Amino acid sequence: MFRRTILSTAAAGLVAAALAFQPAQAADTIKIGASAPKTGPLAGGAATTQWPNVRLWVHDVNSRGGLKLKDGQKKIELIEYDDRTTPGEAIKNIQRLATQDKVDFILAPFGTGFTIATAPIFNKLGYPQLAVSAITDKIPALTKRYDNIFFMLGSTTTFTNSVVDILKKMKDDGKIGKRVAMVNVADAFGIELANAARPVFKKAGFEIVYDKSYPLGSQDLSPVIKGAKASNPDAFVAWSYPPDTFALTAQAKINDLNVKAFYTAVATAYPAFKGKFKADAEGILGAGGIDPDTPALKEYFKRHKEVTGKDADYWASAVTYASFQILEQAIEAVGTLDRKAVTEYIKKNEFKTVIGPVKYDNQNSARYWTVGQWQGNKFYGVSSRGRPGAKAIIEKPAWNK
Amino acid sequence: MEIIIGGILLGGTYALIAMGLQLQYGVARIMNLANGEILVAGSFAALWLFAGAQLSPVLSLIIVVPIAFVGNWLIYQYFLLPLVKRSKNQGQLEVDSILSTFGISFIFVGVMHAIFGGEYFNYEYLEIPFQVFEEPFALNRIVAFLGAAIAAACLYFWLNQTRSGLKLRAVSVNPDAANLVAINVNRASAMAFALGGAVTAGGGALISMFVTFDASIGVLFTMKALIIVILGGVKEIRGSIVAAFVLGLAETAVASLIDPGLTLASAFLLFILILLFRPQGLFGRQTS
Repeated sequence: MFRRTILSTAAAGLVAAALAFQPAQAADTIKIGASAPKTGPLAGGAATTQWPNVRLWVHDVNSRGGLKLKDGQKKIELIEYDDRTTPGEAIKNIQRLATQDKVDFILAPFGTGFTIATAPIFNKLGYPQLAVSAITDKIPALTKRYDNIFFMLGSTTTFTNSVVDILKKMKDDGKIGKRVAMVNVADAFGIELANAARPVFKKAGFEIVYDKSYPLGSQDLSPVIKGAKASNPDAFVAWSYPPDTFALTAQAKINDLNVKAFYTAVATAYPAFKGKFKADAEGILGAGGIDPDTPALKEYFKRHKEVTGKDADYWASAVTYASFQILEQAIEAVGTLDRKAVTEYIKKNEFKTVIGPVKYDNQNSARYWTVGQWQGNKFYGVSSRGRPGAKAIIEKPAWNK
Repeated sequence: MEIIIGGILLGGTYALIAMGLQLQYGVARIMNLANGEILVAGSFAALWLFAGAQLSPVLSLIIVVPIAFVGNWLIYQYFLLPLVKRSKNQGQLEVDSILSTFGISFIFVGVMHAIFGGEYFNYEYLEIPFQVFEEPFALNRIVAFLGAAIAAACLYFWLNQTRSGLKLRAVSVNPDAANLVAINVNRASAMAFALGGAVTAGGGALISMFVTFDASIGVLFTMKALIIVILGGVKEIRGSIVAAFVLGLAETAVASLIDPGLTLASAFLLFILILLFRPQGLFGRQTS
């Protein structure tokens, strides 16, 4: 507790100092607030998926002169805060952006827990919340309670079901047997997914031969992989977070755990994954995926690299950018900074984005990718809801020695 | 057999994390909460040298360790020595040093974030299976374990067999009495602090071969190091080394035989048992 207090005090001091140095604000700008982790456990994910897209979008809008409103074109002034991967801090940031900085719009925070934690404050303050990096079965309940929240990546159930569907298809095609080794990170995300997956696997005729969890931040995952290998599985599924996605894959390679279907969840779609495992990434399944070969996305990937100096990931990066495009198009269509009108506009219209057309149905976009696979140098979507262009699944080759 | 080797390798990793803090806390009496950040800084240095100059992380120790030594010596001289001089007793120094190093940890996180950005980093080096008793283990972990063993052996020999090591042990046992027998306590403390920082950063360079890290992950290492140092007994370098291996073996045994989900629980159970039955740590002496 003591530690917490110092943390918040120090952070508050930093924020205050940062604010003091801001130049006087011109009235002909639109103020956009952003709060997401820059430090703490989710910082690595946000630094890959969220922050570069915030910068890219602001850069794109400003370099073409700003947002076109009825009273002229206005450039974006961005105010960004670090939520330190703490829900309390995220809520405070949103409140501060709205009441103290008086921003016109706020970009949705990063992560499922943070989306849910900040939903009441977004609603109370009347800002639209276009969530992207949030996967939950509570979407119907949340959209019913809050008329200003929007979702784009689907629910936990579709997330797990599509993995099971893919494995079932491979099983029915005679490519794999029915023995599945499943592990999960002992954290809300991993536990929820594992619990959702267990009955679905059984129903699809699979036998779960290894079913274990490991704590968040484990330094050594070799016992997990050795255990999974000893159970002699036909498929390996890990509901994992970024650091363990890397560690599990590395250990699977070391211990020569060769299965035809190998799935790790978050971060498999990161460019860093390919960067680390190179040719060994071939055939690995993971959360997300897109169709990177559409002209719009090809152009997006190129621009992302040019402007931010980093590669976009093959899952939520483009979707995050698309959510900003939706906000941008809605503001321009309404022509004023009337948040209520913008929210209503988002509910009723279809938008053209880098990931293709997006239309919210009951504040939930039902077109998204669920599973992807490394094939060659790209991570292709192999399973989607309502998006065309899914690639055929390949069997994972044996590890290179 | 598999559990024993896996446990020993994990223990080596833990020893790399904890030995530096043990020197800093045991001798210089600085509870260094920036320990994890210094470790991560070592990891970043190794990554940078590996990516930029294709320098092997093992060879990068030649650069990382001396720089960390000088850097930590300067931190001690300019940020911590004033606290040591001001404090009237051990308790006050502990509180002051915790606050001060906690602040330093933020500076480290901020600087690393500014230089490298907030993403996850890792690279691939020696990530190839190596057969030990017909069971594959990652070669980079074995190299890190050897690094830990060499560092531990050097420290142990130096502390117990040389005159300058003896001085450090004297300061560790009783700084006031050491002062009376003409030992320059501040110099010995600065030496211990700098050496501890160098060991930690070197450990970070070795660990970076097989962990995925980011600018703000240091606190995880600090927590682990604290547990190990307290398990082992704060005044004894042997203690933290043995504690690191005990913890590594216990976690691997629990993960393999019971459930990987319980490794954290087993670590804390061990911690509670030690605190209950041997509050001075495995190797600590009863305070008279």
